[in-house]
Amino acid sequence: MADKIAFELVSPDRLLVSQDVDMVVIPGTEGDFGVLVGHQPMISTVRPGILEVQNAGAEPRRIFVNGGFAEVTGDRCAVMTEEAIPVADLKRADLEQRIRDAEEDIQNARSDLERHLVDLRLGTLREMLQVAA
Amino acid sequence: MASLKDLRTRINSVKSTQKITRAMQMVAASKLRRAQDAVEAARPYAQRMERMLGSLGSSMLERDGAPLLLVGTGKQETHLVVVATGERGLCGAFNSSIARAARGDIRALLADGKKVKILCVGRKGRDVLRREFGSLIIETIELVGIRRISFADAQPIAVRILDMFAAGEFDVCTLYFNRFKSVISQILTRRQLIPASLPEVGAGTAPDLGDAIYDYEPEEEEILAELLPRNLSVQVFQALLENAASEQGSRMSAMDNATRNAGDMIDGLTMFYNRSRQAQITSELIEIISGAEALQ
Repeated sequence: MADKIAFELVSPDRLLVSQDVDMVVIPGTEGDFGVLVGHQPMISTVRPGILEVQNAGAEPRRIFVNGGFAEVTGDRCAVMTEEAIPVADLKRADLEQRIRDAEEDIQNARSDLERHLVDLRLGTLREMLQVAA
Repeated sequence: MASLKDLRTRINSVKSTQKITRAMQMVAASKLRRAQDAVEAARPYAQRMERMLGSLGSSMLERDGAPLLLVGTGKQETHLVVVATGERGLCGAFNSSIARAARGDIRALLADGKKVKILCVGRKGRDVLRREFGSLIIETIELVGIRRISFADAQPIAVRILDMFAAGEFDVCTLYFNRFKSVISQILTRRQLIPASLPEVGAGTAPDLGDAIYDYEPEEEEILAELLPRNLSVQVFQALLENAASEQGSRMSAMDNATRNAGDMIDGLTMFYNRSRQAQITSELIEIISGAEALQ
């Protein structure tokens, strides 16, 4: 069996995943790409979408990431994102409710800053809804 | 001279103060542990971001059209001073050391004829700076009631800074906070946020790629344009975490001192109380004896 690549998923708060895997499929800004061990070193931006971690003999783990960066160096692959949620945890009804809340918040926002922040939040939620089962 | 009853009340009141300071010390100790864990947990992200920024940024610096966040506006006219302090007092020199450093630097900048704008994070810093530079404070962001600082708390601050920079409201942005070194030592840190200070790319920090160089997707400029704002958020976030740990550490040692001082004070007062009591008994005895002798 081929060697594995050390995959890390980090958020600003903590290290979310750190394990050796067969392949990671990353939603890059210019298209999805799979990373295997020995990949050409690269740095890419990541768009909001689904990251897939594949390991022989196990179900692939699908994780929603809210954009970020990926750094690949031969035997390592690090993905930095601000938010990561397993796709299985995304619930359609829950998300729709949160989107409605956010839309309301935009209406009620008192300052431009607040509106700007809620707008960012809303964008993420909509992306989540798209991939939610 | 204070009566015995007065002394007793004083001893009791010092004792209850000591109880409070001891409780605060223990609370601070447990909060400190959590805050330290949070700092640790946030480190991997910041390290990787720094590494990426290091390899990207250094190659961009020599080129034209590098992002303004990296190279600055080319002016030094208006300074934005971001002062991150705590929300509460009773933590030793934690708040005052930050405020003092900021105040000194602001005075120096003003004396140089620069314009200064102040953004306070945490109200303790604002309380101190308001007296002297009240008109320069443009906004205070309070973090009251936040138990555990999350990235979502840091982001509004970063977004605010970025918005102001985009609107051309300042040229240079510096962040003041305390870096946590140990319980007894917190290091006051000034970190320049804009233009971004690039981390040193020395041997050992950069991954060994052999002869290979990074592929960039999309172009370096675009990645950098995304990376810099996020880096700012991360820097703010890290500063807040370090600050939180420092605050608790500082409070812990301050309260430890206070508890010890209260103990010393209780000892002294008790000694004095016992002596006065003894003196009173002695003088009463003398009175009785001399009274009895007079009757013989």
